[in-house]
Amino acid sequence: MQTLKFVKKEIPAWTAGTVDAQAGPVFRVSSDWSRADYWGMIKSRSSAFRMNYAVAPGLYAVGSPTKDSDVFVTANYKLTFDIVRRALAGMHAWVLALDTKSINVWCAAGKGTFGTDELVKQITLARLSEVVSHRRVILPQLGAVGVCADSVRKETGFRVSFGPVEARDIPAYVKAGYKKTKEMSLIRFSMFDRMVLTPMEINPMMKKYPWFAGGVLLLFGLAPTGILFKQAWQSGMLFLALGLAAVFAGAFVTPVLLPFVPFRSFAVKGWIVGMLTTFLTMQAMGGVPGQSAFLLVAVYLLFPALSSYIALQFTGATTYTGMSGVNKELKVGIPVYIIASVISLILVVLFKVREWGLL
Amino acid sequence: MKYLANVTTLQFFSDKCTGCGRCVEVCPHGVFEMRDKRAAVTDRDRCMECGACAKNCEFSAIAVSTGVGCAAAIINSLIYGGEPTCDCSGTASSCCG
Repeated sequence: MQTLKFVKKEIPAWTAGTVDAQAGPVFRVSSDWSRADYWGMIKSRSSAFRMNYAVAPGLYAVGSPTKDSDVFVTANYKLTFDIVRRALAGMHAWVLALDTKSINVWCAAGKGTFGTDELVKQITLARLSEVVSHRRVILPQLGAVGVCADSVRKETGFRVSFGPVEARDIPAYVKAGYKKTKEMSLIRFSMFDRMVLTPMEINPMMKKYPWFAGGVLLLFGLAPTGILFKQAWQSGMLFLALGLAAVFAGAFVTPVLLPFVPFRSFAVKGWIVGMLTTFLTMQAMGGVPGQSAFLLVAVYLLFPALSSYIALQFTGATTYTGMSGVNKELKVGIPVYIIASVISLILVVLFKVREWGLL
Repeated sequence: MKYLANVTTLQFFSDKCTGCGRCVEVCPHGVFEMRDKRAAVTDRDRCMECGACAKNCEFSAIAVSTGVGCAAAIINSLIYGGEPTCDCSGTASSCCG
């Protein structure tokens, strides 16, 4: 049964034959992207599909590498691997994919799976010291978070060079005699970079949205005689729209316009954008039902705070926020969010009580 | 883009520095530069505490407490306990991709 399984194992579409290496034949990878590769990128940028989008760890060949060819180390997240093989178009090189459990280099390095031990293990498994005659492996710079170059040299004899941050700079780096320009070693965060991250900010929030919507409709529909659906919809619609606007403000507008929104704190950025979208939504929807002052205050307390909270989540996806800063924001933020939510809830209840004529 | 000022835990002990240049090679925010054959800190507020420099400094000239700079991870660790991780409390929609 074992053999059958092995024989039936598919040969990936992005390979182009095999190349003989010391520990047996390895796949030669193509530098072209097929439609399936593009589709995989879209799916992994927008959903949990990414959690299982991997290539088998180990050694691969690009072109016809020899004993003198460079060895580039990368992660086994398929999207990362695809970007690397595309960057190496026209070159003859070895690619060593570490088992990062389908996680990109930087995140995996933070977790330690793109780490010293895994690199040592893969160098040994691939019998790299027999595949190449030199003793150098080139790592993506961001891998340095998890790999201690000195330990790798002591354990395997291979010297680690940390190459450019972006795989697309590899050809220029090689051409320059394995020297990085300052530009190549800096991580950027362009508007496009931020934009492609927003689906994974919006999707998790929208999964929670039905709970919010249910709560709002229940609260506004409550009457002494039971739940009135017409009333729930009429009064609740504004809150439903404001909720969507807060997600849009915190998970899309704030990330995309990040450097243009004043202040460095993500909580403050999100609050400012949330205030704007709340105001605009209120204008568009014609204000709160019955021009209630209770509801007006609740709206401006709750929704900018919600946008602020959502914007703060984006700290997990940026290329420049650190733990000490996020801790500082949360220390102030969490109590403020809780207080704002509780007061808003009390105000909405007061509005309902008054509506029933009890106040 | 810079994050909050004066929060990083980065420490640099220049007396231990031998000028090997590893920190300059690994820092993605250009926090270090070579001055007179030794590393020097340019702008501390650019540090995101990733820890690449400290991990690769053979001479222990750099110290920094590293961690996940992610609000969701920190909130989860406050609620469920444990260290903040990128695993978003075991749900399928991890932040890393």
